Amino acid sequence: MTTTTSPVTDPAAKGLRENSTFDKLTIAAIRKAAATGLYDIRGGGAKRKVPHFDDLLFLGASMSRYPLEGYRERCDTDVWLGTRYAKKPLHLKTPVTIAGMSFGSLSAQAKEALGRGASEVGTSTTSGDGGMTEEERTHSKTLVYQYLPSRYGMNPRHLRMGDAIEVVLGQGAKPGGGGMLLGQKITERVAAMRTLPVGIDQRSACRHPDWTGPDDLRIKILELREITEWEKPVYVKIGASRPYYDVMLAIKAGADAVVLDGMQGGTAATQDVFIEHVGIPTLAAIPQAVEALQEAGMHREVQLIVSGGIRSGADVAKALALGADAVSIGTAALIALGDNDPALEGEYNKIGSSAGYYDDWQAGQDPAGITTQDPELSKRLDPVAGGHRLANLLRVMTMEAQIIARACGKAHLLHLEPEDLVALTIEAAAMTKRPLAGTDWIPGQAGSQAGSL
Amino acid sequence: MKNPEGAHAIAVGLDQAIDVLVEGHVGYFAAGMNEQATVTITGNAGQGVAENMMSGRVHVKGSASQSAGATAHGGLLIIDGDATARCGISMKGADIVVGGSVGHMSAFMAQAGRLVICGDAGDGLGDSIYEARLYVKGQVSSLGADCIEKEMRPEHLTELAELLALAGRPEQPGEFRRYGSARQLYNFHIDNVDAY
Repeated sequence: MTTTTSPVTDPAAKGLRENSTFDKLTIAAIRKAAATGLYDIRGGGAKRKVPHFDDLLFLGASMSRYPLEGYRERCDTDVWLGTRYAKKPLHLKTPVTIAGMSFGSLSAQAKEALGRGASEVGTSTTSGDGGMTEEERTHSKTLVYQYLPSRYGMNPRHLRMGDAIEVVLGQGAKPGGGGMLLGQKITERVAAMRTLPVGIDQRSACRHPDWTGPDDLRIKILELREITEWEKPVYVKIGASRPYYDVMLAIKAGADAVVLDGMQGGTAATQDVFIEHVGIPTLAAIPQAVEALQEAGMHREVQLIVSGGIRSGADVAKALALGADAVSIGTAALIALGDNDPALEGEYNKIGSSAGYYDDWQAGQDPAGITTQDPELSKRLDPVAGGHRLANLLRVMTMEAQIIARACGKAHLLHLEPEDLVALTIEAAAMTKRPLAGTDWIPGQAGSQAGSL
Repeated sequence: MKNPEGAHAIAVGLDQAIDVLVEGHVGYFAAGMNEQATVTITGNAGQGVAENMMSGRVHVKGSASQSAGATAHGGLLIIDGDATARCGISMKGADIVVGGSVGHMSAFMAQAGRLVICGDAGDGLGDSIYEARLYVKGQVSSLGADCIEKEMRPEHLTELAELLALAGRPEQPGEFRRYGSARQLYNFHIDNVDAY
């Protein structure tokens, strides 16, 4: 009997040591920049590992707290948004909403599917840069209309047709940055909606064209309320960078709600260097935002909607326990529609990617028919089936959050509180001011000690 | 309306073909998002007058602050006096006629429509401009990225004459020069990196 030896493919087994500073991904990026003169543009949010909801755990009820009977005792999930000034605040059945994503970055079928899925479970969708499409208005029972610096497609008729207005100052993937939609996706319909030539790279400004700063924002919100008869909730969306100050200023400017988007929040197309190096993680941003709301005496009166890396009911519950009133999902919603489906592995391979890794949302070649304007690719997404998958995900996330809330003895998701949480890492403990699990130690907080319990 | 005393958001969101006369000075966003209405302001206007106007006519008999006619899709904005920075920023189809001068970065990212400046233009006129057409009678301090002077053809003289007449201006079309997009930045190319 003869034996064969497999060739050694692991360089480390040959004594070769990878450079931690110049690792394989870094080398590939340098080589690509040198070869093309281009920086990397992609979709999605930060890929680097950052402190996140996984670094928190719930303390289930035991002797000192009573749990609620699962499936028997009520644990409500509804949430009101916009109760501060709006005559018609939103009343949603679940605190899990759909984040702003534009027609242009997404296909019309994807926008329709988002509307169908959200409406099926009684939550809201959000428009995006480029204006409101008939597909999303028709199929979204509750639609938040974004008011962005570019004002592409913005008109007072659509402003009045929205159920709430979201004044966008920034995005978690790129706080301080404008938008872009590359020429491949500027079809005739997208171009017409944005008053641009077909096929050009569309740039969106990073600042609003007619106001700057919180004093101006206060007047802008006044104008928006006047035009919409003071009926609609006005949200202010910020990318997480200085959440304490930004939330405080949004409150003073008259916002009904603040949307806080962490660095894991997705974008349709942004420079990789921007996504990975600007902004702070969602977990780090929430406590600072809540602190501002509490100091202003506005916690729960000005609602906090958190987005950026929300994947499950556990994430929902943790965000609410830290003080949020609702969350938004974007990337998770696209995955529910079919983004990065392993069944499309062969097609992803053809365009140089792989299922689970596909992030060239700017390229318009999405085999799943979601981040594309190609009519043939777009047809692959069935809006009815996609919408139902999204509804399933939203139901699961809501039920998962309920399971955790009942375990903590809470009859409403909004009864979850910081006291229900402990941290698994020192970083998460410092960011959330929750003690490291098994201790009462909160880094940086006087009077707490490691290992005192 | 008399004596608005600089109040903000005056006559915003009008959506009927009515005439509104505002006697005095107004604050931010006067006649914002106007549709169909004719709004006349006898004094000066604050920031963002007629922003995102869809149609109709807004006439400021004094001067206007920053971002006059920002993102306006349609209609006619007339400013008898001067306009400051960012006049016509991101305009999307409206016509703007300024009797005096405009400040820096006017017509920044202007997408469509026509901006007529009977006085001078500040630095960076038409920076990153798309398809809007700019007509200037006086001096242009500097042009922004991708904005160039263009030939004044007969059709441009005709449309300029119409705009001047609509605004009640005495200037003659032949006194103006035309500016627009060189269309070199429409799609990113590394060779143009200095322009970004």
